[in-house]
Amino acid sequence: MMAKKSAKQKNDDSVESLTLPPKYQNLKGKKLKEALERYEKMKYEYGEAVGVVAAQSISEPATQITLRAYHAAGRVQLVTTKGLPRLIEIFDAKKEPKTPSMSIYLEPDYNNAEKAHELASKIKETSLKDVMEYDAIDLTEMVLEIKLDKNKLQNHLLDVTTVRNALSKSMATAEFEVKDDLTIIAKPKAKQYGLKDLQAMRTRLRERHVKGIRGVKQILVEKDGEEWKITTLGSNLKKVLELKGVDKRRTYTNNIFEVAEVLGIEAARNLIIREALNTLREQGVDTDVRHIMLVADIMTQTGVIQPIGRYGVAGSKASVLARANFEETVKHLTKAAYLGEKDTLTSVVENVIIGNAVPVGTGMIKIKYKD
Amino acid sequence: MGFVFINGNLVGKVKDLEALRAEIIENRRKGRLPKHLNVYLIEDRDELHINIDGGRVLRPLIVVKNGKPLLTPELKEKLIKGEVTWKELFDKGILEYLDADEEDNAYIAVNEEEVTEEHTHLELDPATILGIEASLLPFPEMNRGDRLNYGSRMVVQASGIYLKNYLIRDDTAAQLLVYPELPMAETQTLEATGLATHPSGQNLVIAVLSYEGYNIEDALIVNKASLERGMGRSYFMRTYITEARKYWGGQEDIIAIPTSDIRGLRPEKAYSKLSEEGIINVEEYADSDDVLVAKISPIRFIGIQEELRIGISNKRDNSVVVRRGEEGVVEKVILTENENGEKIIKVTVREYKIPEIGDKFATRHGQKGVIGMIVPEEDMPFTKDGIKPDIIINPHAIPSRMTVGQLLEIVAGKAGALMGQRIDATAFKGDEKEIREMLKKAGFRDDGREILYDGKTGKKLEAQILIGIGYYQRLYHLVSHKMHARSRGKVTLLTKQPTEGRSKEGGLRFGEMEKDCLIAYGAAMTLKERFSSDKYKFYVCNSCGVIAYENKNKGRVECPVCKGSDVKEVEMSYAFKLLLDELLSMMIYPKIEVK
Repeated sequence: MMAKKSAKQKNDDSVESLTLPPKYQNLKGKKLKEALERYEKMKYEYGEAVGVVAAQSISEPATQITLRAYHAAGRVQLVTTKGLPRLIEIFDAKKEPKTPSMSIYLEPDYNNAEKAHELASKIKETSLKDVMEYDAIDLTEMVLEIKLDKNKLQNHLLDVTTVRNALSKSMATAEFEVKDDLTIIAKPKAKQYGLKDLQAMRTRLRERHVKGIRGVKQILVEKDGEEWKITTLGSNLKKVLELKGVDKRRTYTNNIFEVAEVLGIEAARNLIIREALNTLREQGVDTDVRHIMLVADIMTQTGVIQPIGRYGVAGSKASVLARANFEETVKHLTKAAYLGEKDTLTSVVENVIIGNAVPVGTGMIKIKYKD
Repeated sequence: MGFVFINGNLVGKVKDLEALRAEIIENRRKGRLPKHLNVYLIEDRDELHINIDGGRVLRPLIVVKNGKPLLTPELKEKLIKGEVTWKELFDKGILEYLDADEEDNAYIAVNEEEVTEEHTHLELDPATILGIEASLLPFPEMNRGDRLNYGSRMVVQASGIYLKNYLIRDDTAAQLLVYPELPMAETQTLEATGLATHPSGQNLVIAVLSYEGYNIEDALIVNKASLERGMGRSYFMRTYITEARKYWGGQEDIIAIPTSDIRGLRPEKAYSKLSEEGIINVEEYADSDDVLVAKISPIRFIGIQEELRIGISNKRDNSVVVRRGEEGVVEKVILTENENGEKIIKVTVREYKIPEIGDKFATRHGQKGVIGMIVPEEDMPFTKDGIKPDIIINPHAIPSRMTVGQLLEIVAGKAGALMGQRIDATAFKGDEKEIREMLKKAGFRDDGREILYDGKTGKKLEAQILIGIGYYQRLYHLVSHKMHARSRGKVTLLTKQPTEGRSKEGGLRFGEMEKDCLIAYGAAMTLKERFSSDKYKFYVCNSCGVIAYENKNKGRVECPVCKGSDVKEVEMSYAFKLLLDELLSMMIYPKIEVK
């Protein structure tokens, strides 16, 4: 019970520390003893199959999620992957989530509508096609004429020169000239070029990024209680953390690999726990954190994020038979034969296969003979 | 400007598609074009599709012109009298067939009252918006849609008289209801499709009541006396087929009772029912595993020399036996031959099936259940008139499923039985008021409820109970064909693990996920016991790590590699030993180290 209560406190990991939660710290004497006894009781016993229990505790409710699609219609929100697909995404350790998203929190000085929107417009990625009215190839001059849209420019807080500078920075093979306050003329630097080159340049230029942080496709500024918060679709944690005014402690992304890269593996572990737990909670499933913690620990214990499955945790088990029992039987057996692997029969599945007692629960106990 | 397609092939361009469409329809109605030709205008793509190929389902509809259906009351009158034929109505363009595509362009009114200027067609009858299967169900408009789906799916499984020539047929399995009845609440479709002559259920007195809890979870409580009077009895017929083949090399199957030198001989008793020719007689009773046709076949593989020398014949018993768990009387024996002149023998065994606990019944409203208890008639609740229900269903079956049609059917059935007439329960035709009137007239409450008395104590039940007549179907899922258990028994040759499946007297698989549950519980010893169905003792060579064998000649255990006898006895699953052997055959040397 205590472990559960403390886990519900906002995202802290105090479950892991042995000190009692603040609520119980002023306990003394008999009550303290009782509390500690209960705490000890809540701990798993020697030989308990924590892995299987964790797997069942997560997968059983997961089978129910599929049957209950949860929708919130008519709300202003970014559509992110939820429910079972997201859960699979987390445990399969997908390099890039289907809908990468960031929650950007702001520092106290920046915590107002104006600054939040300003920051938001700085973050959102804008490419040329977003501010362009048309682009046309001038056949007589053999140049590309880019006409910008006045309103769009204003909306994105841009002007011709900034667009020109951004373009010439991103494409070194062409020269960019400002013709008037809405038109840019682009000309390849090469001495010889034809119509095809111009057309290729045109398509490439459209996607060129003129402003904002790469990868951030959509942005939503909303008030979360007293606070202003920016939610994005698309993620680039490193660049966002460099911005002034962003609260570096709380800003986070749902891309686990990105977090592992920017903040380290421990942070990635915490993110796995948080994302998995939130996904389950969102669907009305109340799974104990400790099951997810175990999974997250296993996924990150090697220092890199390993998926649960064939190419990850299950594929890197020590026992040949255990691996062969899971998937790709032939692959593992041939590999074992080739390398001369040895199975010490120390884990569960191997012993089920040969018909021994599994070293779990009652199977852990051995009789010791007196000499 | 648009494109015109015939049967999906582009044939040309036309300026005014709408005009072309109108012209084609006009000509079709006048009889200048085939009745089954349909045009379909896709406006947003500017395409006109003309279809006259096969495979399209067509539906007859009444043509509406200027807000008036062309089938006038006078014409209807004539049609009933036979002065006008159905075909003539089509020739005159009063009725026409539409396919699924042309329906998209039509605006079809369901009721005659709702026809407006805009409508192009009118349904022949509101009930025709349902398909044949759904329109067989009574009061479908009262039920939730999914219940109709379940209901019509179960009508298919009901036993009745599936075909009238069943006596000369040789279906592998067939079930026939002994005393089928037409439903009290019938639909017009029943008559129209000819299913009225193939009924598949019986009208039973149903009470909606709880009884000792034996009808929870959709179980049914059945009156024992009703069963004894023949309720729900059926014949189950199974035809066994065998051929006396001729094989390559002059060998052939022989239909004859095997002699004692034949391999795989069955016990004497199994052949006792056979006639001299080796085929069972008609009207002879046959139990499970009794031979119906004795057949002697050549063995599949010629064995080792030794066996041949001893003098065991190279013939094996390949008789046709009654399936395990089934029995019955031989209905008929058919002797014939196939195109190669080989003898074919078909034996049909008939079994009389009296409903028992576990047999499945269903109404036409998707309300299915199995018999949960059979109650002596004297213990059944009764009304003041002494009516006792045949079946008691649980009230919990109704609210969540919202099968109001079933309640109405029970009430309608009761009214019909009292007034001596069947009730029309066709979609949108049923008249609740009329049914209530009928009940009132017969001196009953108009909602079908009555005061019931407890059969055991004779005390009045507190609440009034809905009791009436509903149509119940016996579905072909019989417990006697499904019940299965095993403790010890057959094992497969290859793995020494228990066989799979009921027909092979197999075990019930303790699968991967079940295994996980025992692990999670920490019950290692239980788990070991579960998975020890194929445990086996082996000797493993201490130096080579391979499985050793017992050399009976020398009276010792020998390693096949080093021929030494430094071995240790181990116990493991036979399937694992098999895996090791297969690895060996794949040139992989799995070495066992015994501590």
